[in-house]
Amino acid sequence: MSEPVISIEGLHKSYGKVEAVRGVDLRVESGEIFAVVGPNGAGKTTTLEILEGYVDRDAGRVEVLGTDPADPTPAWRERIGIVLQETALETLLSVRESLELYAGYYSAPRPVDEVIDLVGLTDEADRRAGRLSGGQKRRLDVGIALVGDPDLLFLDEPTTGFDPSARRQAWQMVADLRDLGKTILLTTHYMEEAQFLADRVAVINRGVVVANDTPEQLGDRESLPTRVSFRVPPGGLPLEIAGIEDITIESGSQGETSRATFESGSPTADLARLTSWALEAGIELESLEVRRPTLEDVYLDLTNR
Amino acid sequence: MKPIRLALHEFRFSQKVFWRNPGSVFFTVLLPVLFLVIFGTIFGNDPIDTLGGIPTTTYYIPAIVTLAVVSATMVSLAVNLTTAREAGLLKRGRGTPQPPWVFIAGRVGNAVVVSALMVVVVTLVGNLLYGAPVPWRHVPEIALTLFIGAASFCCLGVAMTAIIPSREAAPAITNVITLPLYFLSGVFIPENEIPDGVLTFAGFFPVRNFFEAFFAAYGSGAAGSSVEWGSLLAVAVWGLAGLALAIRFFRWSPRH
Repeated sequence: MSEPVISIEGLHKSYGKVEAVRGVDLRVESGEIFAVVGPNGAGKTTTLEILEGYVDRDAGRVEVLGTDPADPTPAWRERIGIVLQETALETLLSVRESLELYAGYYSAPRPVDEVIDLVGLTDEADRRAGRLSGGQKRRLDVGIALVGDPDLLFLDEPTTGFDPSARRQAWQMVADLRDLGKTILLTTHYMEEAQFLADRVAVINRGVVVANDTPEQLGDRESLPTRVSFRVPPGGLPLEIAGIEDITIESGSQGETSRATFESGSPTADLARLTSWALEAGIELESLEVRRPTLEDVYLDLTNR
Repeated sequence: MKPIRLALHEFRFSQKVFWRNPGSVFFTVLLPVLFLVIFGTIFGNDPIDTLGGIPTTTYYIPAIVTLAVVSATMVSLAVNLTTAREAGLLKRGRGTPQPPWVFIAGRVGNAVVVSALMVVVVTLVGNLLYGAPVPWRHVPEIALTLFIGAASFCCLGVAMTAIIPSREAAPAITNVITLPLYFLSGVFIPENEIPDGVLTFAGFFPVRNFFEAFFAAYGSGAAGSSVEWGSLLAVAVWGLAGLALAIRFFRWSPRH
């Protein structure tokens, strides 16, 4: 296996008495999109800022593109692009001017017009940054991080506060960057985002990595049971339906009828038994749902422990 | 050559941002001219007997030039750098391969160029409206005073950002520092109206010294043009103190 783009071992960082990062280990391989998820204050941004060379660590071994970020060199900075958590733009410069400004800082920048197309701001190229929508501003932010043609891109919560369509556009843009061979490390609050974009996901909670896997495998998701639920029929339910056990009844809120839920390791068979029971009894199972645990379910489970 | 090319690149964009910002154009460029016209109108053009009989507007040219340079350097830099810091622009700049000083140098260059422009504008407006003589023969003295003063007040402006917590607080804090000094130093009110004790007190601060240096350089007094070395030295000492504080306390990242 080739050298990892990022490797972290036993990373620690405290601010005063607050231990923000308490022994994080991670490896990010070349060309992958790696998502770091976790609640606010879990240590995501601190970890990222240590990798970006903004914050000095207290302990641990860190290498980013073969360099210790505590000792950043201009040659190393040529190879990384950074999108900070807060959008940072000069509002009075146009999209093109903003990119020209930052292109001047790099020895081999990517052509400005190419970057404008890449982040989907072709029609807004001459509009001032201050007059862009929130989603467009964030895409310009990403464009500025890309203009130096970096090998590694850091995206700290790139879509926080976006409406769903702006988020979709941003995802498509990030997915396109993968095709350019960039390695991307992003943090996010949105499990859908990690699911859509990431090759691998690490969950950080209270300063440590509690899970690290592909979105499909995370938290052993594939082996978790399927949840089946439906509205309790007007006549009520027997305690046991055709051999299905452990049916829990949740009382509905404000006038809604209660819901019955069970977890199943063999949903095909259990559903067949449930539906044949309902057909025989002449009952319609209203709002019947069969649901695999989502990444969000796994995440909530991992971070609430 | 590379550092110069970089600073010029940064300067070019600082200029764009400066002239597109209505606030900076009004307060830095238009307001000093407005002050000159207002004071010329209120105080008339009578000779000031205690200052060798010079016309009031002739007195006001170096006074308003002082205000304009302080405004273009110290005030404008403090506001501009605080805004850039709080917007995350300085932090972002540090994430590029450039040495951090580039991001200050471009803005300092902008401040110095605008200062020089303002010296010309105020002098010409004084000549056109009030017939105050254009001191062509004193250009070397004026340039020297401008250079030392602009450099010193730039250092003070960078240092001031350390005590300005937010973009919103920047105009208030800079005004609280500069406005009383303008009044006490004879920039707004002719110094023959100001008690000696007050002028002595003001003499501890850089604005009064800078004004004295410009007054001498313009040859506005009876003695003709000269370089007021003592005042310039006082300005430079303040500037160096500002530089030391700036190096020690300057912050690149916004407060969250």
